[in-house]
Amino acid sequence: MKKVKLNANIFTLCGGIIAGFVTVLTVMGFFWTPYDPNAMDADAKKLAPSLTHILGTDNFGRDIFSRVLEGAGTTFIIAVSVVAIGCLLGIIIGALCGYYGGAADVILTRICDSITALPSFLLALVIVSVIGAGTYNIIIALGILFIPSFARIVRAEFAKERERNYIKSAKLMGVSDLRIMLVHILPNTKGVLLPAITIGFNNAVLSEASMSFLGIGVQPPFASLGAMLSESQTYLSSSPWYAIGTGGMIVLMILGFSLLSEGLSRNSSKI
Amino acid sequence: MKRLIAIFLMITVLLVSMCSLSGCFGTTSENNSGDDLSSSGAKSNEIVVGIAQDPDNSLDPYKMTAAGTREVMFNVFEGLVKPDSDGNFVCAVASDYKISDDLLTYTFTLRENVVFHNGEVCDANDVLYSFKTCAATSVTSAVVTALSDITEISAEGNVITITLGSPNTDFISYVSSVYIVPDGYNEQDTKPVGTGPFKFLSRSVQENFIIVRNDEYYGDKASLEKVTYRIFEDATALFTALNSGALDLVAHLTIEQVESLTNGYNVLEGTMNLVQAIYLNNAVEPFNNELVRKALCYAVDKDAMLDLTADGHGTKVGSSMYPAFTKYFDEDLAEAYPYNPQKAKELLAQAGYPDGISFLIKVPSNYGPHVDTAVTLVEQLKASGIAAKIELVDWNTWLSEVYGERNFQATVVGFDSSILTASGMLARWETGNGKNMINYSNADFDTAFALAQSTADDAEKTKHYKRCLEILSETAANVYLQDLADFVAINPELEGYEFYPLYLIDMSKIGYKE
Repeated sequence: MKKVKLNANIFTLCGGIIAGFVTVLTVMGFFWTPYDPNAMDADAKKLAPSLTHILGTDNFGRDIFSRVLEGAGTTFIIAVSVVAIGCLLGIIIGALCGYYGGAADVILTRICDSITALPSFLLALVIVSVIGAGTYNIIIALGILFIPSFARIVRAEFAKERERNYIKSAKLMGVSDLRIMLVHILPNTKGVLLPAITIGFNNAVLSEASMSFLGIGVQPPFASLGAMLSESQTYLSSSPWYAIGTGGMIVLMILGFSLLSEGLSRNSSKI
Repeated sequence: MKRLIAIFLMITVLLVSMCSLSGCFGTTSENNSGDDLSSSGAKSNEIVVGIAQDPDNSLDPYKMTAAGTREVMFNVFEGLVKPDSDGNFVCAVASDYKISDDLLTYTFTLRENVVFHNGEVCDANDVLYSFKTCAATSVTSAVVTALSDITEISAEGNVITITLGSPNTDFISYVSSVYIVPDGYNEQDTKPVGTGPFKFLSRSVQENFIIVRNDEYYGDKASLEKVTYRIFEDATALFTALNSGALDLVAHLTIEQVESLTNGYNVLEGTMNLVQAIYLNNAVEPFNNELVRKALCYAVDKDAMLDLTADGHGTKVGSSMYPAFTKYFDEDLAEAYPYNPQKAKELLAQAGYPDGISFLIKVPSNYGPHVDTAVTLVEQLKASGIAAKIELVDWNTWLSEVYGERNFQATVVGFDSSILTASGMLARWETGNGKNMINYSNADFDTAFALAQSTADDAEKTKHYKRCLEILSETAANVYLQDLADFVAINPELEGYEFYPLYLIDMSKIGYKE
């Protein structure tokens, strides 16, 4: 028993440190970067990492570290917005379905199931091809696709909790449905919801990266980790540090939040 | 714990793949590709060519719009005459032609043993049919205009006589774009039939396009038996396939790609024979104001751009004419708007935009050089208080939205000429021309162009065309940038690649070395 607890702490600890490090870098990128992320310099093209450019420069002579900071910020904002949209709408749909049940529940659950049945990435491509590429549009597209995963989790919890005695007694006492859902049931879902949010965040980071990688996400010259990774492909053999710096940031971001979510879910499963 | 292991596995795979792709790539792939090549060359006489865009939906010779389609179909279709690599017109389906002194009568003698790809023998009726069909259905307006001037076309035995209403020195080049097709054949859209050294075998949309040698070809038969064009709409995928040795020939590579090519292929350098520019929609705000367009011209530092995007390769242009066409190209025009952000700001203020302007550039995402150029532009324009934004669109969207509907403010692309005449580059800027994507309208230009078209004397004609080019520059119709350096990577086992002043690759000259 003691060992399990220790493990859980290590996950949370390592994840927390890495995620914290990434978050600090990202937040720093909003306010300060060593160079202007878009400033070009024909004399400083494709320089290897050095003290002046710690991650080197890209094909336009732009400082890669500055662009990674900016790009991480872009990716971060997109991922957070996507999770926020998916989580919020997912909770609303899941809560209503799980608490009230009935025909609406069946229909909505089936819709969610059918969305999950299709590869989410293809669906995102379809949505983007209809509403057009661009930062805001991929937030919308991914946000919609993230709803079902949250809705299912939340629905399952609500359906389970509503049969519990404390809910029944609350109902007998005349507590309003809204209050039961928000104050009584919702806090009890945090055990599954928190890990879902961190996993969702990771998936959002990867989805943004993939979509920008395909050129339908963030539009140049703005940096995002996926867009940069896509650009770096061409120079993989001549300036590998471009891909390594960018890819490394994605790996750190995903790793940090994955470990965090692992730790959180282990903690919650013990409760 | 499972997830943790999965994560570590993922990282390991990532790191290993990165390292193998970057560091160790060169040596291993060189050995591999070397072995592959020699064996494949001995076994079969065929090559695989990588292209960046799918040919047009319709393969009808008169309905081709994209340069990429003509590049491929040049090997399938022929006119009575066809261009050679020097820009001259040599006999093809015709064995001989004569032009009367008054430039009004063109007499072609039909070659005798010309057989279409479907087995039919080409006779004078087919030629008459082709001219008629081309005049009626061609989407190349310059060709339609030229053909509409024919007052009489008749065949006597194997001699075809064409009489024009007015002298036209360019006419022979239009004859070369009237591809000769069999009379009454109506499946050109999907199964094109011509007389060229290669015949169409099959296509798989967005995947490949295959042509095979025409063994009944009247002239020197091609050396290659089969050419497979593989379509890679993603530049990186194209390059990766090339570098792995899966492709034998890829044209239109960028300097970056050439520099990172590690498979020992030969690299040839030419120019692309196109005019890359920021094409500005002259009909919408703010580019309906000439001052704004001029400001934009001053705001672009072409030299710095060439340095940034192509290590200085490429040739600056100042109007709608590419340098290989030396007869018309005027290099002075390339210096008409020296980089001057201060002047750009003043012009903008004068035009009523003291706080600068902002606009959207739509760029076809499959063309790396255009995307790079656009990225550089956005950065350069900042210095003149111009905020440009980029929107990447795929090629089909570009064709329908930008080229078709003209729903754009600015775009970065290259325009080439489908025919080897000055009007091939200039006709589209005439007021009301169907291909006048930028809605350019200038009375002086129209007059000069009409004069050039109607003048018989070549020197005089050249003068008028040059005037047209000057007008385009003076009115800042577009922000003219450059003719891109064109790099071709070719399997060292192959020889015979030739650069043409047109956008095409002549597969009939290419073959494996003995």
